[in-house]
Parts: sequence; C-alpha cells; structure tokens
Amino acid sequence: MYIDKHLVHEVTSPQAFAGLEKRGLNVFRPQNTVATPDHNVPTLNQHLPIKDQLSAFQINKLTQNCEKNGITLYGLNHPSQGIVHVIGPQLGITQPGMTIVCGDSHTSTHGAFGSVAFGIGTSEVEMVLATQCVLQPKPKKMKISVEGKLGKGVTAKDVVLYIISKVTASGGTGYFVEFAGSAIRSLSMEGRMTVCNMSIEMGARGGLIAPDETTFEYIKGRDFAPQGEYFDKAVEKWKLLYSDDDAQFDMEITYDAADIEPMITYGTNPGMGTKIKSSIPSNGDILEKNKNSFLKSLDYMQFKPGEKLEGKKVDYVFVGSCTNGRIEDLREVANFVKGKKKAENITAWIVPGSKSVEKQANEEGITQILEEAGFKLRQPGCSACLAMNDDKIPEGKLAVSTSNRNFEGRQGPGARTMLASPLTAAAVAVTGQIIDPRELL
Amino acid sequence: MSIQKFTKIQSPAVPLTIENVDTDQIIPARFLKATTREGFGDNLFKDWRYDKNDNPKPDFVLNSPVYSGSILVAGKNFGSGSSREHAAWAVYDYGFKVVVSSFFADIFKNNALNNGLLPVQISEKFLQEMFNAIEEDPKTEFAVDLENQEITILATSSKENFEINPYKKECLINGYDDIDYLLSMKDKIQAFEGSKV
Repeated sequence: MYIDKHLVHEVTSPQAFAGLEKRGLNVFRPQNTVATPDHNVPTLNQHLPIKDQLSAFQINKLTQNCEKNGITLYGLNHPSQGIVHVIGPQLGITQPGMTIVCGDSHTSTHGAFGSVAFGIGTSEVEMVLATQCVLQPKPKKMKISVEGKLGKGVTAKDVVLYIISKVTASGGTGYFVEFAGSAIRSLSMEGRMTVCNMSIEMGARGGLIAPDETTFEYIKGRDFAPQGEYFDKAVEKWKLLYSDDDAQFDMEITYDAADIEPMITYGTNPGMGTKIKSSIPSNGDILEKNKNSFLKSLDYMQFKPGEKLEGKKVDYVFVGSCTNGRIEDLREVANFVKGKKKAENITAWIVPGSKSVEKQANEEGITQILEEAGFKLRQPGCSACLAMNDDKIPEGKLAVSTSNRNFEGRQGPGARTMLASPLTAAAVAVTGQIIDPRELL
Repeated sequence: MSIQKFTKIQSPAVPLTIENVDTDQIIPARFLKATTREGFGDNLFKDWRYDKNDNPKPDFVLNSPVYSGSILVAGKNFGSGSSREHAAWAVYDYGFKVVVSSFFADIFKNNALNNGLLPVQISEKFLQEMFNAIEEDPKTEFAVDLENQEITILATSSKENFEINPYKKECLINGYDDIDYLLSMKDKIQAFEGSKV
C-alpha cells in the first residue's frame, strides 16, 4: 500500500531511523513525512530544557533525524506543535481519500475525514521511510451505523464508549470499520475524530466516516488544504468517497441513538463501559470463561461486582489526549464549569492537544474561565493519557479521564482510570464524584 | 538486513491465562524512552512481575521456578492496545520465540512477525488443552512446526494446525525482511507515483 502521509513522533521512530542508517538508505519521500514530539514532552515549562535526560535525548534524536533527512518538524516550541493526531487535521494535512500511517495506534483518528488511516509498528515505520509503502494484509469490512438523534448531554465520546461496550475490546480485530448513520453524520468533525480515534479500542485496525459538507467546511482554508479552485476540484473528487448503498460488508451492526446515555468505564479495558446511571455487571452477568479476567479487572479498580457507580469519590480529572484534547472539548468543559468551582478533593489537569488549541483557548477566554473555577491549563502533549512524562496519576488514586485507555497502570503505576466524555469529566470535577452530567444541565 | 530464521522448536511453555493482555502490560509506557531495540526483556510485564520496590512478585508466572521455555501461552486477545513494537521486542528479548493465543491484536501480530517472533493463533479449545497440559506438568513440552503450520502437545500427541500469511511464513523460514522486498519493487513504486494525479 502506497502511503500519502506519514506522521512521525519521537517514541516509535528512533529505531526506524537507525535501521535506515544501518542499511545505508535515505528517507525516500521526506516531503510526504511530517514530525512532531508529543508522547514524551513535559506539560509545564516547555521553554526550559527538558529535565528528564532520556526524554530530552529521545526528543533531540527526533530533531536530528528530521534535520538530517529533510523532514518538516513541528518542534517543542513551534506554534504548530501538538499531539500528532490533533495537528494533522488542524493544519489541513489530513484530507479525504489519503492513506495515512503513523507509529501510533490512534492514527485511526484521521479516518474521520474519509481517509484510510491506521497505526503501525516501528519496523513498518522504517518500511514507509524507506519506500513510502507498507505491506498489509487486507482487512475485513465492518459497518457500524448509529441512527437517530442523540439526547441532551450525550456526546461523541459516549457514542464510541457505547459502541465499544457492545462490540467488546476485541470484537473489531481484523476489521476496518465504517461509521455511518444519522447520529454519526450529525457530529462535528471533532466529534467524528473522537469516534474514529477509539476504533482501535475495539481492536479494529481503523475506522472511517465518509466525507461530507461538514468535512469540506472544516478543511477549507487550512494551511495545507488545497486553496481556491484547487479546493473546489478536490471537493468534487472527495464527494465520490462513500460506500454504495449495496456495498457488501463482512459485518453490519446498527444501534439506536436513543439508547445511548452518558457512559463511563469501570474496568481495565475500554470495552468495560456502562451507562453512568447503571451499575457494574454482577457476577451472574458474566460468562464463566470470562469471570477470571473480569474479577481481576475489578480487583485492580477496587470495585465490586454489581456496585453502583454514581457517587464514587474521585481524586483526579484529566481532560486532554488525541481523543478529547481539541478546542470543542475544552469549550464544553469551560461552558459547564463557568461560574462554578472544582470540588476540593479533585486535582484537575487540562491539557490542550496542540499549541494552536492552547492559543485559541486563551483567545476565547476558556483559560480564564478554567482558572476561575480552580483548574489550570497545562501545555500541549499526550500527558497523562499514557503518563510517559511526569503527568502520572498517583498509585491507587481514581481518575476520570477523557483519554482512550483504562489499562492497568496506563496513567501511572497503580493508577485507576475511568474513561468518560469531557462533559462528564467537567461534572465530576465540580461535584468530586461520579455523576451523570445531565443531572446538572 | 534480516530477521532470525524460524523453522521449528520444541520447548516447555509459560502459561499466562489472563485475557486481553494489552501492550501497556507487556511493556509500560515509561520504558519507551529508549532509542534502541535492545534490552526491553528486563521490563517485560514489569508491573505484574515486580512490586514497586523492584522485588519480584512470587505469584507471577515469569517469577515461578516451575515454568520455563521459549513459548508463551496467553489468554485471548493478546497484545491489544498501543502499536508499540517495543512489546514484541520485549517478549522476544526476554527469550520467547513463540506466543500462542486464541486471538491476537492485529498490530501486535504484525510487529511480532516483523521481528522473528511467531504468533500462533489456535482455537480456544486447544488453548485450554495447552493450559491443562501445563497445569498437569509444567515441564511438559510442545512442538511448533512452522513449515507444516502445526503445534503439538507432545505428552498427548494432540495437535492443531495454525494459519499464517504465506508471505510471512516464507520470510520467517528464510529470515527475509519486508524492507528488502519493498526495495526490490522501487521501480513499481515510482511508476505508481508517476501515475497519481
């Protein structure tokens, strides 16, 4: 498969560049490659030298590799730096019909634009650097439709957490998923990105949504988008990117939007999610063969089967990541907390997905609203989503997080993560406990 | 460049009965700051294997003296989550040559194959048979034969065939690597680029 855009970050690329060097090869198409450091950057004092020696070394290595190979790099203090899956769409690099890869499983985010985007390993990063191609087995096709109107307080994150809770964390393995239906169409581009972002959390290689006017409107005028008449010509081509009515899928599922409520996870994989208002499944609900894993998971979370989720005291709230670190997410949180104060027991980290989101948050007064509510906006990066930098949830603490993974120790050794929407995270921050945000709307 | 050739092995196996073992468990993110491929085996399953003072947890299988061998047998959906190839490197670097499960996450499977680590996907029934055999005798041996795509529980002679992409099989048996193959197609790649509008 020929790759139109290769996105590169500091963590999964150094071994690929080293491999290339060992083979005596140059990057084949540096102009099709864009890099930024995100996974490993600090979110405080980014203007100062990075204290963690290993992180600093890895980020410097990316800079050196990009300079040597003529690759565009949005470095740490560049105004376009940010999480790779936030900046791609923001800069207009991501366009319908493109093939896009990155050494990161959340590359599926870009599928929101009707591009074929998926995560790859470092050997494959090296393949793409060397040849602009990657060898892939052909995936099976799945169509997931969500039909109807989403209720008040039900967001894109709830839609995708709902889907994963039904399909399970492995149910999409081997598939590429097309998300369709009126509820998906009604989402903004940022909402669509949230949905496609988490395709991998049901095991799917990627997820995509056919481009439409919402897509074209979003892309128009962005730095790397086609301009003027070239844009119009591109739109004509992009309009042809949809599945025929009689297209064949290996699996088709339809959900009713009216059944979706604000969701939260209670376990240690993203498939272990439920409506906030309901309870953790009880022992009787779990198949015998799955019981060990279920109980191990609850044991880690310090939860009990059948327990109610509402009212559980929370310690940390994290708003950010490639799933929910965009301006609409910050806006949603700010709208909700305006005039309110965060609960005393909550430590809240709000980490914008990019420098540009940070700038916009300042300009729109979001930063001020958050500060008045007792939150603080940190600097862009992947941050506590994977806790590679210092942003770690302490051992045993319970966090409600807008990120994408609730694996054991994902947000720091011993950290307990519950995934939810930015709106739910805001409601939790204000009340200090698990709550359905609709109660406060 | 090439990967280590793989034809067949015979070995006892280490049982990891947990399902949905994600790559954050295989190698936690805090160990991804390295810029080389070596040494990840020391931190394989770090937080299951060691307590916070770095003392081995005696109840974890890798710390148990009764289990050994170059085959890891794991519960369903092994390697889910992050695309980090460091997970495959860690499993391989620790000394495993084969991972057996009833289901693998796609990216992990590709990463494993690209590093000479053979993912063997078998039925849930056979997986259970393997777990049972190990429970009965932790030293019991298994044979993995890539040429014939066959895995055998030697004690009972019970065997099952497994699927593998024929190209990848060829690569593993001969130690070929994808980049050499792709580089041999450079003319075609350039021709394709020329044909794009």
